[in-house]
Amino acid sequence: MNDMSALYSMTSGTGSPLGELDIARIRADVPILRQQVHGKPLIYLDNAASVQKPKAVIDAVSECYTGYYSNIHRGVHLLSERSTAAYEGARGKVRAFLNAASAREIIFTRNTTESINLVASSFGGSRVHAGDEVLITGMEHHSNIVPWQLLCERTGAKLKVVPFTDAGELILEEYERLLDSGPVRLVAFVHLSNALGTLNPAKQMIDLAHARGIPVLVDGAQSVPHLAVDVRELDCEFYAFSAHKIYGPSGVGVLYGKQALLEAMPPYQGGGDMISLVTFEKTEYAELPNKFEAGTPNIAGVIGLGAALDWLNAIGLDRVAAHEHALLEYATARLDEIPGLKIMGAARDKAALAAFTLEGVHPHDIGTILDREGIAVRAGHHCAQPVMQRYGVPATARASFAVYNTRDEVDALVAALWKVKEMFDL
Amino acid sequence: MNDLRDLYQEVILDHNKRPRNFRIIPQPTHQANGLNPLCGDRISVYLDIEDGVIQDIAFQGAGCAISSASASLMTEALKGKPVADVDYLFEAFHGVVTTERECPNGLGKLSVLAGVRDYPSRVKCATLAWHAVRAALEERKEAVATE
Ligand SMILES: Cc1ncc(COP(=O)(O)O)c(C=O)c1O
Repeated sequence: MNDMSALYSMTSGTGSPLGELDIARIRADVPILRQQVHGKPLIYLDNAASVQKPKAVIDAVSECYTGYYSNIHRGVHLLSERSTAAYEGARGKVRAFLNAASAREIIFTRNTTESINLVASSFGGSRVHAGDEVLITGMEHHSNIVPWQLLCERTGAKLKVVPFTDAGELILEEYERLLDSGPVRLVAFVHLSNALGTLNPAKQMIDLAHARGIPVLVDGAQSVPHLAVDVRELDCEFYAFSAHKIYGPSGVGVLYGKQALLEAMPPYQGGGDMISLVTFEKTEYAELPNKFEAGTPNIAGVIGLGAALDWLNAIGLDRVAAHEHALLEYATARLDEIPGLKIMGAARDKAALAAFTLEGVHPHDIGTILDREGIAVRAGHHCAQPVMQRYGVPATARASFAVYNTRDEVDALVAALWKVKEMFDL
Repeated sequence: MNDLRDLYQEVILDHNKRPRNFRIIPQPTHQANGLNPLCGDRISVYLDIEDGVIQDIAFQGAGCAISSASASLMTEALKGKPVADVDYLFEAFHGVVTTERECPNGLGKLSVLAGVRDYPSRVKCATLAWHAVRAALEERKEAVATE
């Protein structure tokens, strides 16, 4: 992949901001962007839902299937050895990406949702009991709410929720108060909110929990594509994300967990690949990470995730973050020009997306009209209904950015929103 | 934007801004809630039925222009109709918003929603209120979802 980093640094040099030429090259890497919808060039601003894939990722998946695909960990033949090496190679790339201490701490799942369910079921099921508490925040995605509700129903534990301000920032005094007010067995919070764009103070929140001996799970579904994450610096017990939001294939998720904890936890699912010895009397489980990867995984998908991380590393996450930050600032200023438009979420630390309402027009209608202009945004509750309830709106429209988005696309979004107002006589 | 005007016709924008029969019937004979899980929109419909005829019908709730206008137009179309006609009218309306079918008599201005047929993701918005009416007539207690 060294040739690729050379490519992106040609115009500006590694570490310097991504220039227009760099973005043009990056866009050229993502084949799906080269198309028209309803006769207009596609402007894809639904990246928080799922990100489009670079050719390098599509090729990696296709090369696996055309060149060396086989099941892993169980064949002595060449293809199985090659597939196993590529699959485990991708695990090594994820380890390096998160700066985890060991590749054994990287578990492949189907998505963020399954990663969280794994922890709720295995860790929660063995460590959370009646009368205990699990602490989440008011800005969680449903996938970081419902698994804990199910756990609480099963065990008789209680779910507590950290509130946030009108600006969309967690109230840390309340967080501390809740940490002290009951037997909290686990804290689970979103790193970057998909509904508000709020970047939560993860390190501080983890330290506050650790000061009380409480382990922490971080939902990193939205954060990993936008900022460099170092799980050893954060020191969280668990970190979850999905490949499909970080330029990789759908159907693959990651759970990082501290080795000692993972070793002490019971398996999540039983089956092949996760055992070392099975008799009808007793089964011995495999070592990490296999203990948590029952059955044949998404082999080509995991390999595709490895290629996605290579692609992103070649550009450099710092430069990605800087580009997206500038884009968000520009978009925020331009959107604020539109009378009746209200951006939901004004946290000081914010990234990658602007969720908004437009007085007199339902977000669903905004979405339909923008679509006819070639612009893909998300309209709805973004799987965060409690956030919508907090602000008293049924839904919002959301423009969310990836590294391939440009200022021109923001301008097109703003122009289309003026058309929405015109259409509705506003 | 011409094709969008086929969807967002004046009548629809008007009913969205000033929905008719947008109120609560205090003691309805029939009532139900509809939910569109895709967008979280909720609507409540109230009916007052006497001798098999819909004497009064009203709705409340927040939704997009398509679902609000459709609910508003539906209340106008159903008021005074025999309950026995509801299924037939719903089938007819469903045909209008999903196929090239002509709008039959009895649906009144609901034909302005024909543009929805070019926007498959919006069909659920247009039919939400109808699903709720059916649920009310069947005396279902839980909110009906469009999917
Ligand atoms: C913050 C957050 N958490 C969790 C998820 C769930 O991700 P997945 O659907 O890939 O499991 C999402 C996806 O929208 C998200 O934005």
